[in-house]
Amino acid sequence: MWIRCSMLRDLRGAPLWVLATALLLSFAGGTAFAADLVKVGHVAALSGASAQSGEAITRGLALAIDEINEKGGLLGGRKLELIQRDDESNPPKGLIAARELIFQEKVAAIFGGIDTPVSLAIVPLVNKEKTLFMGVWAAGTGITRNGANPNYVFRVSAVDDDVDIKLLKYANDRFKAKKAGLMLINNPWGQSNEKGLIAAAKDNPVITIAGISKFENNDVDMVPHLSRLKEAGADAIILVVNAPPGAQMMKSRERMGWTVPVVSHWGISGGRFPELAGPTAGDAHFVQTYSFFGKLSPAGERVLAALKKKYPQIKGPEDIFSPVGTANAYDAMHLVAMAIEQAGSTDANAVRSALENLKATYQGLIKTYNRPFTPENHDALGPNDYIMVRYEGDKVIPVE
Amino acid sequence: MLVSSALISGLGLGSMYGLLALGFHITHAVSNTVNFAQGSTMMLGAVLCFTFWVTFHWSPTLAVIAGLGLCAVWGAIVERIAVRPFVQRGSNAWLMATVALGIVLENVVLFTFGKDPRGMPAGLLTTNSVVVAGIRIQLLQLLIPVVGLLFAAAIQIFFQRAHYGKALLAVVQNKDAARLMGIDVERVVMASFALSGLLAGVAGMMVAPLFTISSTMGTLFGIKAFAVAILGGIGNAWGVVLAGLIYGIAEALIIALAGSTYSQIATFALVILALAIRPTGLFGHAEVKKV
Repeated sequence: MWIRCSMLRDLRGAPLWVLATALLLSFAGGTAFAADLVKVGHVAALSGASAQSGEAITRGLALAIDEINEKGGLLGGRKLELIQRDDESNPPKGLIAARELIFQEKVAAIFGGIDTPVSLAIVPLVNKEKTLFMGVWAAGTGITRNGANPNYVFRVSAVDDDVDIKLLKYANDRFKAKKAGLMLINNPWGQSNEKGLIAAAKDNPVITIAGISKFENNDVDMVPHLSRLKEAGADAIILVVNAPPGAQMMKSRERMGWTVPVVSHWGISGGRFPELAGPTAGDAHFVQTYSFFGKLSPAGERVLAALKKKYPQIKGPEDIFSPVGTANAYDAMHLVAMAIEQAGSTDANAVRSALENLKATYQGLIKTYNRPFTPENHDALGPNDYIMVRYEGDKVIPVE
Repeated sequence: MLVSSALISGLGLGSMYGLLALGFHITHAVSNTVNFAQGSTMMLGAVLCFTFWVTFHWSPTLAVIAGLGLCAVWGAIVERIAVRPFVQRGSNAWLMATVALGIVLENVVLFTFGKDPRGMPAGLLTTNSVVVAGIRIQLLQLLIPVVGLLFAAAIQIFFQRAHYGKALLAVVQNKDAARLMGIDVERVVMASFALSGLLAGVAGMMVAPLFTISSTMGTLFGIKAFAVAILGGIGNAWGVVLAGLIYGIAEALIIALAGSTYSQIATFALVILALAIRPTGLFGHAEVKKV
């Protein structure tokens, strides 16, 4: 307050044109500063049951942004800036956050989070407002395959329809399962996978669907659900849900003493699944796009070293929670940056076209991306990029 | 097998609803008011037990005792600041005030305990089980209905036989007469709210190993427990607990036979139907007012 008052006292004697010039210069300076940055937004669950997923994505984006900025930024020296908003896994909150990022922050692109319902709520907005949206976790098929033309939604992550093929095949290959019982969360993500799993079972002659049971996020006891599937002859459970209700399912399975194999979509890796599920957490085998365990590629070694440096609590791969979020986000940020460079601007239409026809090859964390997107395909990863893992304590270890 | 395992699940959950609903019964019997923060108090019991046991590394026994004590204190606080000031003015605003206090508590827990759900470590009651007629039952699942029924019996006996229990009931019939008989009315009502908080704490601690612990875990439980209290006839302790068991079993059977998509619709529809047929609840009696 004292400084402000003394400044006002100093300016009292100044001529009007000096004040006006100072004011104009301050506006011009502010504009130049803002124009120097390329803002990218991130709308995800940064708190709540899936908070770990949001943190994992943040780490991947931050590492990639650090690398890009250290090399001089984009478009001749403009630094990237990450602006984050918490959707609390709530679609209306995600939509409000996306609006703010588009209209107030004027971001060049928005990165999504773990929740398919949130991403599905944002998709119509970004296509209407012509803003690039990059999914890095939510796997709902309809997120990228949304029927819009032009379509501003891309994804570096798994796709439900492809994951569903993988899950049924894995249940049969690994556990010799012939009748799968589906345990699905009762929301758009569960619906997306219900369609995908039924379609996958039609195309797979060795496994059928024994039954489908849908449950709510706050269901305490899932023994009745599992009993239905057991009665129907299920010899494997296909689980599609996030960590807390997934843990409820595992605890109910344990209470029943039913040792049926569990093959899960990756939602369970987005929270404290080992703590919540208890001793049987490791029985669930689930899909991922990346693991920091085993022999790493040069990109993997580089990112692991950068993670250890930036986050001192990370001593090794076992300390990286929700690795899929970090890996997907890291590769996605680099692909978006490449598209901005190729487009020569942050204009969404130009960046969209550049993404659909990326000329350079990118040696990423998950794989080497050689024209990852086309006008017809906005998903950079396919079934060959998926791996199966399970928890061992808090570590996520490959089982394939 | 399907029906019998649903019965076991329903008995466990139903007892939880019954325990919470007993809290509604007690305050209603003594003061004609209820604590709509009952679901939040249940959550408080689970959160405190987890914090003392897991975060502070206290012994489980001490964590349970301290948690229950604080739940009782919280119940008394609810009465003092959200019920008494309004009842004294003849206002029904305590309805909203108890709801509001429950929301305040949930948000305080949200900021202190965190938004991340936590899991209670496995203990003796969840790692050991018995097999009855081919169905595996955890010790905790057996303990929950036993605790529910014991509390109902104790409360019924207390109100009917104990001197202080009769004093509690006298308060609701005629406050002034009770005061003239030397009963400290305010203290008695506060004690009933403390007891109600304690019951909610017991429910929270017993459901915690089966569920995940978070600031919102009690919301739906509180609503269902109130439905159970009304269904059973809020003035009848046995009725309330039995209604809890009926509700829990109906819910589990509907899920087992038709999935949980329609379980809320079906169970609440059953409650409405039952109340349409018996407006005083399944085990309640119409109140007689002398004019």
